[in-house]
Amino acid sequence: MRAAQAGVERRKLFDKLFVLLGLVVLVAAFAVLFALFLDLLRQGAPRLDWDFLTSYASRKPEQAGILAAWVGTSLIMVVTACVAMPVGVAAAIYLEEYAPKNWVTAIIEINVTNLAGVPSIIYGLLALGLFVYKLGLGQSILAAGLTLALLILPIVIVATREAVRAVPRPIREAAYALGATRWEVTAHHVLPYSMGGVLTGMIIGLSRAIGETAPIITIGALSFIAFLPTPPLTGEFPFLSFAWLKDAFTAMPIQMFNWVSRPDPGFRVNAAAAGAILLGMTLLMNGIAIWLRYRFRKKINW
Amino acid sequence: MKLTPVIAAAAALAAGLALAPRDAAAQQTIKLDGSSTVFPISEAVAEEFQIARRGKVRVTVGISGTGGGFKKFCRGEIDISDASRPISKSEMDACAKAGIQYIELPVAYDALTVAVNPKNTWVDTMTVAELKKMWEPAAQGKVKTWKDVNAKWPAQPLKLFGPGADSGTFDYFTEATVGKSKSSRGDFTASEDDNVLVQGVESDVNALAYFGYAYYAPNALKMKAVKIVNSKGQAVGPSPKGVLDGSYEPLSRPIFIYVSKASAQRAEVKEFVEFYLSKGAPLVEEVKYVPLAKKAYDLALANFRAGKAGTAFGGKNEVGLTVEELLAREGKF
Repeated sequence: MRAAQAGVERRKLFDKLFVLLGLVVLVAAFAVLFALFLDLLRQGAPRLDWDFLTSYASRKPEQAGILAAWVGTSLIMVVTACVAMPVGVAAAIYLEEYAPKNWVTAIIEINVTNLAGVPSIIYGLLALGLFVYKLGLGQSILAAGLTLALLILPIVIVATREAVRAVPRPIREAAYALGATRWEVTAHHVLPYSMGGVLTGMIIGLSRAIGETAPIITIGALSFIAFLPTPPLTGEFPFLSFAWLKDAFTAMPIQMFNWVSRPDPGFRVNAAAAGAILLGMTLLMNGIAIWLRYRFRKKINW
Repeated sequence: MKLTPVIAAAAALAAGLALAPRDAAAQQTIKLDGSSTVFPISEAVAEEFQIARRGKVRVTVGISGTGGGFKKFCRGEIDISDASRPISKSEMDACAKAGIQYIELPVAYDALTVAVNPKNTWVDTMTVAELKKMWEPAAQGKVKTWKDVNAKWPAQPLKLFGPGADSGTFDYFTEATVGKSKSSRGDFTASEDDNVLVQGVESDVNALAYFGYAYYAPNALKMKAVKIVNSKGQAVGPSPKGVLDGSYEPLSRPIFIYVSKASAQRAEVKEFVEFYLSKGAPLVEEVKYVPLAKKAYDLALANFRAGKAGTAFGGKNEVGLTVEELLAREGKF
């Protein structure tokens, strides 16, 4: 009896130790991010103002800003999200709901998972050959957006598949029993219920894409550019213009990299400020996605 | 959840792509790309030029390195190539094959600076032979202390910092000291980011590094520039004056832009290059490079206006050539 008691005590102690360990790891991870963010804010504080957001790059550190860079990054993210979301979700749904379970599907599944581990520079080289030269897209926002979409596609697919798989089987069976087709089951039930997981995948994917430097340098992002892409809204019919997709661009990580390697120490302040803003952009983007996920989850009532 | 908006958005995107006017904005854009050493100058000129033209002409500047810039240049993707060294033989061939003619224009000097820690009490001047002894491939694993270079220096470890093998600075320094481009010992701390080299020298009393003058100038209080004994036997430190009167040799070098002859026909490119050569000098100084003499800029401008194409170097770098000499040479392809 006493031996059994001691065994329970020991197991309970182990349980507590594990909770403690988890907490320490979590706090440590948070502290690192927090310290980094604070340090960037502290260093970049003198430049964090409206002018910094609305000026172009300049040879004078105190006049240089990130207008072209943050607009470029935002537009690239729009393209990336618009491409990666539908393609990734469609691929995942096909694999989960439609694809026959045979060796071809198995190979595709394994490869999708493997693709998530391919270094980003490889995607850059692929995009340089395929998008920039073969398809003639040039060094454009579209080419950059497509490249990053390709990069995060595996992440979106894997996350979506997990989410789709988590939808309970009886829900599907109930819908089929009422005579719904496979498309109706997917579009009306499976997809809406898994939207939370899909959005989580998008968050992780876009957060990775926004900081990527290697692939967009490879396809030819510029370092100095003092004009904005063509505005997407025009005064005349059809009011929407997509000319910006073909425009040259620069992006936040490239601007930062350029500033960090400049001789004038003033540029390092700029790089820190740009880093803080880039982190802020990532948090904002994630915030929107988390809010969307919350709204989707609220609508689910099984 | 409605899928319709997503599909509609995708359809609109696809339709927009099909309708997007191709290269509508590209007409008035001047494209520069190439060396990160030349970048600050081109950036400054592009900035001022766009202000002067009130945004009517767009100028973009990229950083692909001198080699990367020439690759794009010889494919006809850019108008002007920034180069921290003359065009090489293989690049000349690539351009010739693509039928791209170019005008070679020196735009400034860079003084390669050899720097040591300010607490280093034993080194003030150095000869090219000592630099060679320090950096040549044969020194690898053998020359480990300062004493190994010069018996008068202490037996303290020698910590070397230098730029990576892809940089034009590395090419020029090895050519000027060891005597053969790209021929260097491999066991030093190499970094493509010159600020890493600067930090290396600032933090280690036994360190020695070389980099462009632009990286020395703002940090002059935190390090000591070594005076280099020139061919006349005078020890000269890096300075704009020493570069201009030719006494700081062999470590001062001209840096270039290469203008495509086809692009130079376009009015806005012509105007930009003329702006570069006539209004560039104060901007060059501002970003801590050494401007050419007025006479040399005039000569370069005359060459450009006359459309004098080709390179004065014939595919290999030369040390100690004055800008006036190279501008007077016949161009080769």
